[in-house]
Amino acid sequence: MKIRRFEDLENVRKAGIKKLLPDKPRVAVGLATCGIAAGGQDVYEALEAALKKKGVNAFLTKTGCFGICSEEPLVNIVMPGKPLVILHKVQKEEVDLIVEKVAKGELPEEKVLCKIEEWDHLTLDKPLYYGRGYKNIPLWNEISYFKPQKKVVLRNAGIINPEDIEEYIAVGGYSAAYKALTEMSPDEIVEEVKKSGLRGRGGAGFPTGLKWEFTKKEDSNIKYVICNADEGDPGAYMNRNEMESDPHMIIEGMLIGAYAIGATEGYIYVRAEYPLAIERLKLAIKQAKEYGLLGKHIFGTGFSFDIRIVAGAGAFVCGEETALIASIEGKPGRPRPRPPFPAQKGLWGKPTNINNVETWCNIAPIIKKGGEWFSRIGVEKNTGTKVFSLVGKVKRTGLVEVPLGTPIREIVYTAGGGSATGKKVKAVQTGGPSGGCIPENLFDLPVDYDHLASAGSIMGSGGMVVMDEDTCMVDTARYFLGFTLDESCGKCVPCREGTKRMYDILEKITKGQGTEEDLLTLEELAETVKATSLCGLGQTAPNPVISTIRYFKDEYTKHIKDKVCPARVCRALIDYFIVPDKCRGCTICMKSCPVDAIDGGPGLIHIIDQTKCIACGTCMDVCPFDAVIKLSGEKIETPDKPIPIKKGR
Amino acid sequence: MDEEKLEEIISKYDIESGKLLGILEDIQRVEGYLPKDSLIYVSKRLNVPLSRLYSLATFYSFFNLQPVGKHIITVCMGTACHVKGAPHILETIEGLLGISPGETTPDGKFMLTTSDRQFTVNTARCFGACSMAPVIRVDGKIYGYNTPKKVAEILKEYGWRGSK
Repeated sequence: MKIRRFEDLENVRKAGIKKLLPDKPRVAVGLATCGIAAGGQDVYEALEAALKKKGVNAFLTKTGCFGICSEEPLVNIVMPGKPLVILHKVQKEEVDLIVEKVAKGELPEEKVLCKIEEWDHLTLDKPLYYGRGYKNIPLWNEISYFKPQKKVVLRNAGIINPEDIEEYIAVGGYSAAYKALTEMSPDEIVEEVKKSGLRGRGGAGFPTGLKWEFTKKEDSNIKYVICNADEGDPGAYMNRNEMESDPHMIIEGMLIGAYAIGATEGYIYVRAEYPLAIERLKLAIKQAKEYGLLGKHIFGTGFSFDIRIVAGAGAFVCGEETALIASIEGKPGRPRPRPPFPAQKGLWGKPTNINNVETWCNIAPIIKKGGEWFSRIGVEKNTGTKVFSLVGKVKRTGLVEVPLGTPIREIVYTAGGGSATGKKVKAVQTGGPSGGCIPENLFDLPVDYDHLASAGSIMGSGGMVVMDEDTCMVDTARYFLGFTLDESCGKCVPCREGTKRMYDILEKITKGQGTEEDLLTLEELAETVKATSLCGLGQTAPNPVISTIRYFKDEYTKHIKDKVCPARVCRALIDYFIVPDKCRGCTICMKSCPVDAIDGGPGLIHIIDQTKCIACGTCMDVCPFDAVIKLSGEKIETPDKPIPIKKGR
Repeated sequence: MDEEKLEEIISKYDIESGKLLGILEDIQRVEGYLPKDSLIYVSKRLNVPLSRLYSLATFYSFFNLQPVGKHIITVCMGTACHVKGAPHILETIEGLLGISPGETTPDGKFMLTTSDRQFTVNTARCFGACSMAPVIRVDGKIYGYNTPKKVAEILKEYGWRGSK
């Protein structure tokens, strides 16, 4: 059916509510890429079979990711009139028990993580009410992972079925677009977005309303809007999840933006590494067309708009606007100098507005609740929330959405639970290859565009990789430079040659061959590449180097002067030893060594020939008795040749 | 790839935006790589110089110009995976499959195939499953929380029979 009038939208909403609050149990499995990889698909299939076999009348469906990825697979259960309950770490072997309980109207208590009594989807006039009850189960925001969080972008993720437009409409979806197209003028929309203070979520933080205004002002019969979904920062996956868990919010945001700017065509440029996101977006576009929410005369107005998907092909630089445009035009993605900005000359030379996925996600609530409401979230000049992918050496990993201005400490410790390994947390890396490493003693820093920049990092798209004492900061800098070196498009000299020279020096240092002069050259190169590169990739590529030298200079010095890698990561600076007292003479390490560097035999204490050892660590992986240790700049006493193990040990 | 199939792919793209990349991606999805004959056909059919298609195929890391093995193993080299030991996971897989570490194919991309053409190993920048780092992908299926021991078990699922 085509939605033309408000009543049409209301009718679909009512149909959708029946799916969210059915008169029988609703069981929904979290099936974003992370949930599927954790075994969610197997759980879904097992649930399907068990419900059928036991003849239980329940509504089985799928949902996106609720954000607490380390607890996946997640399964939501809603009994009529009761709170929504989230089960965690569900294994397919446990499905029979779950189904038995559901059939009796009970819960598998040992699998319960938390409950939701009512949920504010922001785009409904009032929160969606499930019910009260289950006194012993904590509310979702009583769990420390969610305590600092506020869900604006992830308002529907993990609750609605991303493959069903009716469920999106049920929670107020497309009502903001209806309001925008039928009640507001393009100027009023731009004004509202300006008032919200929303800044681009791709990393640079340019005010969104202002950007829209630039394209809007251009006089052209063809204009484009583009959603930049080329999420390239390694260690960041918010955008993947936003597309997989709630694709319609992106379409709705683009629809509103296109109307405000006067664009008739939209593109979503998605990286090829995200096949499920592409699939769900395609389905969402198809459904939106069926309901008349894309296409000609949307809501019976004179406005027509269409969206297509373009799959990127694996080039980090295509996250840069002009490179992205070149890529859509079928060229290698190489940036060009600006001006002219895409707002004047973009795709096929026409005015083009490009925003990041997460920027588009914020538009519907801003229009629905007003820019004023949005501007009250977060802190001055940094309004709203930001989704971070909290990963690395942290206990609880996943997506954390917090108001801007939340201290790093709350994200890493309250939400993340601190170190996963028992070792001390050393730093957090934000902003991917364009960002920097912030040391633990600065964790009271509020996370917003300006504070992160002052600390030598950037907000970036929202990756937050926690590092502990076992992470080498010189190796980390080398890793990122290796990344930008590979991804540099080669067009401008500072980036093409500068990243290569910086990488070479870092490699030399990690091999224990660095000199103090190298460190000075590295710093000089970093400043030059930063100042003279053509696009953002080169201008920010030195950040990981500059920030690690700024905060972790002692680690560089130890590599250079003492030939020691304190984190015991840099292979040329570490040695493996077999602890004589722990070796049981089982010969496993000797057989596994790829370079035959281990001497020994049954019942003998094994020893490693340091002249042959390539420090691959295989012996450490295979030793059943933890007898192999890794040291840097230290030695232990070992026999000269294999000797029999003393009896009675 | 035969002409009929190529025509079918080309016909899906009715506008210029995203056309060339889309066609190349579709060909690779079917063939696992970009066969020279197919590129020549597309070049003539669309009146696009072959050199331009070659520049796309070599610029974008998604494309490869060599045939691949039966199973494709992709090791994620993202930041979260890196700090949790991805280089060691890659090395372990290379060791198990008997591929020499550090080699690259003539086009400069990292893409190595075992001599029996059963496995191709390559790396990815990040596939956004960082919460379960380190991550590998075999034929589209993602496996998280890897250890050297676990990858050997995974390889067995795909018919690897052990080394040495």
